[in-house]
Amino acid sequence: MELRFTDTELNFRQEVRDFLAAECPPATREHLVAGKSPTKQMVVEWQKKLNKRGWAAPEWPVEHGGPGWSPAQKYIFREELQMWPAPSPLGFNINMCGPVIIEFGTPEQKARFLPRMLNLDDWWCQGFSEPGAGSDLAGLKTKAVLENGEWVITGQKTWTTLAQHADWIFVLARTDFAAKKQEGISFFLVDMKSPGITVRPIITIEGGHEVNEVFLDDVRVPADQLVGEVNKGWDCAKYLLGNERFGQARVGASRERIRRLKMIAKETLDGGRPLIEDPEFRRQVTEMEIELKALEMTVMRVIANETKRAGTGKPDPTTSVLKIKGTEIQQGVSELLMKAAGPYAWVDGDPDAEGSNDWDVAPDWAFGLAGIYFNWRKQSIYGGSNEIQRNIMAKAFLGL
Amino acid sequence: MDFDLNESQSLLQDSIRKTLTAKYGFENRKAYMASETGWSREMWAQYAELGLLGLPFAEEDGGFGGGPEETMLVAEQMGRHITLEPWFSTVVLGGGFLRLGAETALRQEMVEGVASGATLLAFAQVERQSRYDLFDVQTTAKKDGSGWLITGRKGMVLHGDTADHFFVTARVCGGSRDKGGIGVFVVPAKVDGISVRGFRTVDGQRAAEVDFTDARATHVLGDAEGGLPLVDRVVDEAIAVLAAEAIGAMEVVHNMTLDYLKTRQQFGRAIGSFQALQHKAADMLVALEQSRSMAYFATMAAQGSEPNERRRNMHAVKAQIGRSQRFVGQQSIQLHGGIAMTMEYGAGHYFKRLTVNEALFGDTDFHLRSLADAGGLLQAA
Repeated sequence: MELRFTDTELNFRQEVRDFLAAECPPATREHLVAGKSPTKQMVVEWQKKLNKRGWAAPEWPVEHGGPGWSPAQKYIFREELQMWPAPSPLGFNINMCGPVIIEFGTPEQKARFLPRMLNLDDWWCQGFSEPGAGSDLAGLKTKAVLENGEWVITGQKTWTTLAQHADWIFVLARTDFAAKKQEGISFFLVDMKSPGITVRPIITIEGGHEVNEVFLDDVRVPADQLVGEVNKGWDCAKYLLGNERFGQARVGASRERIRRLKMIAKETLDGGRPLIEDPEFRRQVTEMEIELKALEMTVMRVIANETKRAGTGKPDPTTSVLKIKGTEIQQGVSELLMKAAGPYAWVDGDPDAEGSNDWDVAPDWAFGLAGIYFNWRKQSIYGGSNEIQRNIMAKAFLGL
Repeated sequence: MDFDLNESQSLLQDSIRKTLTAKYGFENRKAYMASETGWSREMWAQYAELGLLGLPFAEEDGGFGGGPEETMLVAEQMGRHITLEPWFSTVVLGGGFLRLGAETALRQEMVEGVASGATLLAFAQVERQSRYDLFDVQTTAKKDGSGWLITGRKGMVLHGDTADHFFVTARVCGGSRDKGGIGVFVVPAKVDGISVRGFRTVDGQRAAEVDFTDARATHVLGDAEGGLPLVDRVVDEAIAVLAAEAIGAMEVVHNMTLDYLKTRQQFGRAIGSFQALQHKAADMLVALEQSRSMAYFATMAAQGSEPNERRRNMHAVKAQIGRSQRFVGQQSIQLHGGIAMTMEYGAGHYFKRLTVNEALFGDTDFHLRSLADAGGLLQAA
């Protein structure tokens, strides 16, 4: 046991910071500081830069293009990007579909898809949830039937994040209708240009276009685009969701938000003095910082553990802790940010707009805080709601 | 960064675990508590034999050169068995003053006795008005020839009733709440002018009220008017130890609760099959895991050389673990139901230790407020 960063690790952190300073476009950074989601172009441009440097997929094995980092390095990298802030490597490619192909895919699938994922030549999206299958994901009804050596998929997916940008979608579909519900599902890779696919936007409460409905109507998929074994897609899904939760801790992102919150609370007057001097407000901020510090260490422990579990194909149940705490902190901080802005949080701006605060009616920093607060309520719902996480822990970890 | 134990750390952990598992069951503990000293001399001798009492001291002083990680391992095991012996007061607090504040001669004089189990130490700090402020000291130290005479009343002196030497905070000059003018003095228990009244604390430990009336100190640690930074440092290390103890106790009481949920039948099935209880148990796990992380952080941060940063970090540790241990303790009682309300069942004893541990050297509210007032952990962007 050695509970401190080594010199090598500290040097690596500096290397990442130098890279960010040299390569991350200032416009992208400002866009993110203002609390907006990066545009497609920003994400693609950045991912290509990361790939050029060999840093596109921190978690991947070296033979598939991963950098071969230690757990601490992976952690440092993720953290520094979120704190800068710069876009993270695209999750659908790097943390979701890629690892599934690496774990369960054929050599041909690996050669065909992984390099294009790394370079973001293909933007992937996730076809899991359905109108009737949310928390009960295994209850999904989208069906895939084998016809003349091709799968024909029909069904409706929903909450499909950034499907409007996507070139490919990974889809869970039912391939055995008689089996127990988890045992009749397969995992498919589907070209978004396939005939029969329709994407319809869903506008969320803050006004943004982030998620979509995706309709699949007799979409024909070649047999070599099924991952793993037929009817074993639930293993892929569980593996993927474990990785997803791992990414939901977002410690660096919360750290960046808290620092901004403190800046705003210094500039905002409350009862004639800076808001940060109000003991009650200050205590609420401090509570967030404390839980975040603990979460930071939890992430490091989970990463270290992950390395030991590599190859077992099973996610670590403590990733549920990361999901619950990570989202509680992010939601808590977004709430404090909105509180800090006071009445100036009420301007209804377009979260997808390029410029900010065009009307000049509020301080620049107030723009979009309400949008983030409303939008981030999703965090305790998606990726397996926080209540589902508690069920998972009770079952998989506590033996109840 | 490496969370795995190395070989000698594993051996250390195993040896304490074996000893305590064999000799620190519920009934053993009850008997130790009922004995004359309120703890077990026999166990104390065992700790000495295992090398636990000399562990953190440098080899040249007669110790075993263990680091904070090793102390953390010991503390966790002590917490798992909610032990009663004066390990924390002698090795962690007294030992902390010896390691960090004593000159070579004094270390060589005392470490051997501590390591062998012959010498017991206590830290006399709390006063009626001080609550959790380490600098709020009214006990005085008066120069007398080449030595010092200590006068004042110290309360809640852990294991003060059996200590051979006290490390006493006393004021040489300045007002009650001045941060300067405080020294740390070593006073043997046997000198004239000391009266000790021992009592049991709610979690089964021993403590004492100690009155000093012109009691003669044998040593002052470093600068007699500038002792506060030393006190802060020793207490910061002690907070990391309390954190590890809390983890041990929380883990045991959580497991106890899980076992009960799996076996207790109501409405014709195990109560652990009810989702309302499952979610509480899951929340306990979240609190425990977050606290475990914070205990690792504590071990690392307590070594920090920049005092303000170190203090802020330890405030964060105490606040986070404090809240978690209160939650885990209370929920363990709630999920058990009536049985955990009885003295004959283990959970309540863990809950009581967790409650006292939370308040030692500042409760959750104190540390949260202190951290908030010090500007928190992160800089404004």
